[in-house]
Amino acid sequence: MSIRNSAAVVGVGSTPYYRRGESWPQTTLELACKAILAAVDDAGLRVDDIDGFALYSMPLDVALLAQSLGIPEVRFTATLTGGGGGAAGSVGLAAAAIHGGMAECVVSFLTLQQAQRRFGAAFALRQPDKNEKKGDGGGAYSGMPHMPEMDFASPSGLIGPGQMFALLAQRHMHLYGTKREHFAEVAISTRENAIRRPTSLMREPLTLDAYMSARMIAEPLCLYDFCLETDGAVAVITTTAERARDLRQKPVYVLGSANGGAGRWGQAIMWMNMPDEYFASSGHRPVAKRLYEMAGVGPEDIDVALLYDHFTPMVLMQLEDYGFCEVGESGRFVAEGSIRWPHGRIPVNTHGGNLSEAYIIGMTHIREAVEQLRGSAINQVKDAELALVTGGPASIPVSGLILRR
Amino acid sequence: MQRRRVAPQMPEVLARLNPDPWTAPFWQAAREHRMVAPRCRACGAFRMPPTPFCWKCRKQDVDWVELSGRGTVYTFNVTRQALLPFLRPAVPYVVAVVELEGAPGVRLISNVIDVDPSLVRIGMPVRVAWDDVDDDVTIPRFVPSDAANA
Repeated sequence: MSIRNSAAVVGVGSTPYYRRGESWPQTTLELACKAILAAVDDAGLRVDDIDGFALYSMPLDVALLAQSLGIPEVRFTATLTGGGGGAAGSVGLAAAAIHGGMAECVVSFLTLQQAQRRFGAAFALRQPDKNEKKGDGGGAYSGMPHMPEMDFASPSGLIGPGQMFALLAQRHMHLYGTKREHFAEVAISTRENAIRRPTSLMREPLTLDAYMSARMIAEPLCLYDFCLETDGAVAVITTTAERARDLRQKPVYVLGSANGGAGRWGQAIMWMNMPDEYFASSGHRPVAKRLYEMAGVGPEDIDVALLYDHFTPMVLMQLEDYGFCEVGESGRFVAEGSIRWPHGRIPVNTHGGNLSEAYIIGMTHIREAVEQLRGSAINQVKDAELALVTGGPASIPVSGLILRR
Repeated sequence: MQRRRVAPQMPEVLARLNPDPWTAPFWQAAREHRMVAPRCRACGAFRMPPTPFCWKCRKQDVDWVELSGRGTVYTFNVTRQALLPFLRPAVPYVVAVVELEGAPGVRLISNVIDVDPSLVRIGMPVRVAWDDVDDDVTIPRFVPSDAANA
């Protein structure tokens, strides 16, 4: 028994995307409501039909949202633990709720408004507090609870996610001969896709010269290896496969979803003690295996891959972990043009990704998968039947989702 | 014991520790300039950062093993952009994940200091240099082995 084919994504909605802070004076709640109302409209449903919330990365309090939108009865709310790793898995969580009869019309969304609080800037850091009595162990955290584990990371000045992923990237380069040019190919191919989309925040071509001469932030990663920092909200609505057939849009069925990962992957970039055999990976390998098993398909069946791209090397490692190439071969794989739209072996991030369209912590990838399978994508993969969506390589859970038309 | 800062460019504010009963012995030893790691008394597996249970056999008791303080660079980055204003004097700095000699399978996140960042390599042998950050806290940094002054 699994969720296979039991649920379908029937609506997607989004606000415009904004550069960091520029969505102000719209509030986080306001952006979320706009995206959800747009998704409801897209589906041909009413707000009163919504009865569940399946989330990740704790975008905002569901209670506040439900009272604000006047949801008649909330029957299911759950959030995957962790952060952006759960992006794709939130739709799987929605499908699980639906399959289990807990709810019928479930919203997954992410809203990001960074005028007041910047996301992920220094997530391992205790904020200095002038009033703190020295040595008393007090002090306020920026977004993180009091964790003695962080004593083993912060003192070295390792406080930002980009720095942390740079450590995995460096190891990958050492083991497999991966080069900066390979990271560049991810950035450049993604930019090429973004250029054709009016929703994209980055629409200027990116050249290899510009990439190679960009400022280094945490070697081996430069400016263009980092995703954007943006504002906006995206929502999707999942309902029963049966109900989906009578709605406004062509249903996009959930063929499978998985979340989790190896226990010893654990906090991953926050602790750096993952086993050597998969240190230089995306942490997705066990999830990929389970996902393909549930969906009854393999990487050769996937028509378009929407891979969470917070940092370019992590796209490479996901290509390996989802079986599009052998472990260690991703650099050469992308150098052959394999991820380019439209003629590459597996077009990746046809929407421009977190790197060049907008960074809504992975929800834009789900939106693009739905548009690809409806046949309405701007960079349409011809006759796309199966789309893979992933959540961010991160601490567990990481997650994956396979949708079919 | 002579107290000194070996990495004065690394901000003290980042080294305000919040130890718990399981991590405290590591930091107490660091204060005494001793590199230690907890080894499971039942099965011999090391665990870092220290946690209440052995991840391998789920027993609790540990022996705090004194290590040589030598290690090798497992991976590293060269951080060139200050993520926060108080890191401006520190950049560029090398963040390194160091495999500790005598404690197979565990790694410590630290810095390699007193080195041209462009010369740092994976596999480079390093040894600890104790950074006495303030009156309470000592942080282990690493220097290339051949340049060690400890």
